[in-house]
Amino acid sequence: MTTTAQYNFAYLDEQTKRMIRRAILKAIAIPGYQVPFSSREMPMPYGWGTGGVQVTASIIGPSDVLKVIDQGADDTTNAVSIRAFFAKVAQVQTTTHTGEATIIQTRHRIPERVLGQGQILVYQVPIPEPLRFLEPRETETRKMHALEEYGLMHVKLYEDIARHGRIATTYAYPVKVEGRYVMDPSPTPKFDNPKMHMSEALQLFGAGREHRIYAVPPHTEVVSLDFEDHPFAIQHFEEPCALCGAEQVYLDEVILDDRGGHMYVCSDTDNCESRRAEGHRGALAGHAVEAAE
Amino acid sequence: MDIGLDGGFAEPVRQAQSSFRAIMDALANPGTIRKFADLAPAHGPLTGELVSTLLTLSDQDTSIWLSDELRQTAGVEGFVAFHTGAPMVSETGHAVLAFAGSANELPDFDAFNLGTQEYPDRSTTIVLGVTALEGGDELVIRGPGIRDHLNISPIGLPEGFVAQWAANRELFPRGVDLLLVADGAVLALPRSTRIAEGH
Repeated sequence: MTTTAQYNFAYLDEQTKRMIRRAILKAIAIPGYQVPFSSREMPMPYGWGTGGVQVTASIIGPSDVLKVIDQGADDTTNAVSIRAFFAKVAQVQTTTHTGEATIIQTRHRIPERVLGQGQILVYQVPIPEPLRFLEPRETETRKMHALEEYGLMHVKLYEDIARHGRIATTYAYPVKVEGRYVMDPSPTPKFDNPKMHMSEALQLFGAGREHRIYAVPPHTEVVSLDFEDHPFAIQHFEEPCALCGAEQVYLDEVILDDRGGHMYVCSDTDNCESRRAEGHRGALAGHAVEAAE
Repeated sequence: MDIGLDGGFAEPVRQAQSSFRAIMDALANPGTIRKFADLAPAHGPLTGELVSTLLTLSDQDTSIWLSDELRQTAGVEGFVAFHTGAPMVSETGHAVLAFAGSANELPDFDAFNLGTQEYPDRSTTIVLGVTALEGGDELVIRGPGIRDHLNISPIGLPEGFVAQWAANRELFPRGVDLLLVADGAVLALPRSTRIAEGH
């Protein structure tokens, strides 16, 4: 055995996995409903994806290929350390390529490449309750979900319009799942909301600190809340990615200097790298990769 | 005759994981048939599929209801207690998991725990052994997890199943979830699935 033989496969003990697995099954059976579960201490702080890690640890098997992204990037601290964690405790193969992964754990983005059948997207969720900032009491929000009483959420969106002239919510934009539960898609940009609708992939959400798991099965209706006269719309970017020239993707702003210089680049690093490998070049991509080396 | 305690998963970690993935994939894609990659051996009246599902999902936190037929076979209760440590209940309404070897051993769905409007997740998951997962009369199913519609044709469903299931669906988000097992595979019908008889 390896030097980590003192840990069970995928770190969690079997009883914990069974408990989480039962919660996942109930979550799938009731799309959008938050199933309480007995979240464990993980070897990383809350806010670093303990919920997502527990979900991933409970579903992952030796033949899975894992990809982890943080705000779309495979190479940031959170993504790198979670990927290394599972490579160590579950000895699974990891990848940065969206198409090759069977499980993708994500913090706040959905990959640009359309996910396919059999893929599982695991979201790290900080605050699973979409009504929490409107109603702090769990007893009340639970009752509101039970009675399908979501008027407060529409009031919130309406107040946006009254104050700003438009719905100003740009991330964690509330959705309704299968016409029943209002759900927080985790703090993904609203740009990603349409990708959840009728996705072929299974979407699982884990909130470690808040002890909740919820799910959206494949081919499930996910509709962003809106008004007839203020329909839901995603963000649009004026310019394409400065590195790969992609349009219709979510871009991050990168500050280049202290004189106001900036560039917009793909948030999804795998998508950007694949496009550049295919020869796509943005305005600031410079010369071919070989030349740069 | 006592059928002993032998059996169960030879490699609990790996087999529980692969069995769970079969069950999860089945539930996320209702109506599709998912093979257990590495089935546990059968144990008396408990088929390999029932044993695998039992060992994958139950422990001391899950109260289990066994059908009278399973329960009355000497050794079954001992086997379940030894391998899972789960408390056994005779009251269907208290069961987290319910196991039956065939449909005629099963009371109506509404006899089980249907969950509450606040906590619909507390309902019973029924694991039912059937004759076969395909080859019977066709039912058309729709709902989350199904692209448009799908035909299923399990053999050995409970009497009046379509009406019973419609009543169960009516309760949504409350209601039982159903795992049908046979032929080394599982076919799941979560409470969100709608059934229409037809062709």
